[in-house]
Amino acid sequence: MPLLKRVAGIIPTVFGVLLLTFLLVHLVPGDPVEVMLGESASGADRMALRAELGLDRPLPVQFSHYLGRLAQGDFGHSIHTHAPIAGLLAERLPATARLAVLSLLMAVSIGVPLGIVAALRRARWPDRLATLTALTLSAMPHFWLGPLLMLVFALWLGWLPVSGMEGQGAILLPAMTLACGLTAILTRMTRASLLEVLNEDFVRTARAKGLPERSVILRHALRAALLPVVTVIGLQLGSLLAGAVITETVFGWDGIGRLLVESIEKRDYPVTQACVLVIALVYVMVNQLTDAVYSRIDPRIRLTT
Amino acid sequence: MRLPHVILLCWLSAALAAPFLGLAPNRIELGEILSPPGVHAWLGHDDLGRDILARLLAGAGVSLTVAAVVTAVTMTVGTALGLLAGYFGGWSDRLLMRVTDVFLAFPGILLAIAFAAVLGPGLDNLIMALCLTSWVGYARLTRAQALSLRDRQHVLAAQSLGASTMRILLRHMLPLLAAPLLVEVTFSVAGLVIAEASLSFLGLGIQAPEASWGSMLRDGVRYLLVAPHYVLAVGLSLMSLVLAVNVLGDQLRDRWDVRK
Repeated sequence: MPLLKRVAGIIPTVFGVLLLTFLLVHLVPGDPVEVMLGESASGADRMALRAELGLDRPLPVQFSHYLGRLAQGDFGHSIHTHAPIAGLLAERLPATARLAVLSLLMAVSIGVPLGIVAALRRARWPDRLATLTALTLSAMPHFWLGPLLMLVFALWLGWLPVSGMEGQGAILLPAMTLACGLTAILTRMTRASLLEVLNEDFVRTARAKGLPERSVILRHALRAALLPVVTVIGLQLGSLLAGAVITETVFGWDGIGRLLVESIEKRDYPVTQACVLVIALVYVMVNQLTDAVYSRIDPRIRLTT
Repeated sequence: MRLPHVILLCWLSAALAAPFLGLAPNRIELGEILSPPGVHAWLGHDDLGRDILARLLAGAGVSLTVAAVVTAVTMTVGTALGLLAGYFGGWSDRLLMRVTDVFLAFPGILLAIAFAAVLGPGLDNLIMALCLTSWVGYARLTRAQALSLRDRQHVLAAQSLGASTMRILLRHMLPLLAAPLLVEVTFSVAGLVIAEASLSFLGLGIQAPEASWGSMLRDGVRYLLVAPHYVLAVGLSLMSLVLAVNVLGDQLRDRWDVRK
């Protein structure tokens, strides 16, 4: 039942997301067909596009057609290549998924231990260093961090390819770029969460029982402290997809983010619309999944609901 | 920690003073293309032979102006909506929550990119795209606060004395929201500086020849090998400003004990 309730709960949001992405094309100032095809397009081409997009019909009719086509997995066609958009997405999504998963792994394996060390050595130099690193990383947007890493590791040191998807280790620089922001968040979260838990009664009890400090930290404190961190990881997975838009553009990585930017440059609005929709839907679903997993693994929530 | 305040003040005064310094951010000197930092141009020249420092200061002005305008608009609208929804509850509250849920379903800057893409490039459209997406945070924050404030004793007292709704909202609830709102403003300014640069980086914001940190970074990346000073100058500027604003936000939050 809770699962069903959960699914029902996101329906209005998903519907809103669909409506908003559908309306995007209607926000184009002037005539969208004119804007997309340019002034030199022939009358026949315009008519054809107008008919395909159904722009001459009333909005509710257009929207229901849009939903109907999506339900069949039909995202429409690219205006420029006439290729089905579903195929384009299927082609580009795996590249973005690889990038996102690798950055997530990087961020977790650096951010969490860094946060733990910071909390255990509170107010001493490891803590100061970790906090300062996290603060700096969180002020480095992808379009600045990316070129910086490129400069150091590809151009100066020559260890990794500058950009593109060919060459050994080509994924490393974009993945590092994407991972840094999340690393900063995880460091801060883990630190704060562990510090809070270390003050709890059950940690004092564990210590009072005479347990070795190692086991107090690893078996008692960390288990409780990492729960909120798990949520953050889930919530941030979707943000990685948004970050991929810039990162993929910087490094020429052919994922869905780059597809989005290319479609914007070519004014290929159906592709833009589809990319935005897919990223938002993945984000909503991952969030919901995280929520479900969290309430399952946290006994406090499991028992109260 | 005084450094962040100094940095912030420097950028603010530089952005304000830049138009009066007689700088020529758009002047092209063909003999100076991508020249490294020197006595005449402290930060060197860009790919068209324009003074990077002059463009950096002009870009700071653009960046901070966008942040200020968007913050003013979205804070007013978002706070008003949140206050009304939180105070009255019922269907208006449910509607607001539904709408904000939809906006929050788009991660990060994605929705702003989408709006900017369909509205077309340019400063006005950039501001519009950021306004359309940035009001949500204020609305959620104010709504949550108003929800708990409306049952406070002093609000109940004002109600029973027959104060008008307007008076209750503006005189009895809004002042208590000042601290969390100001913290939110600080963090959102940092976010807007990054967002403006992101959109301009993607070619969706400020158009050439007008200077913007985002478009400067995009040009700089192309000449990374021959002129690393270009990217470094712009990137470090952006980072220092964002870092300073964020540290200020952290300090305000700690001082007023505002929960995120």
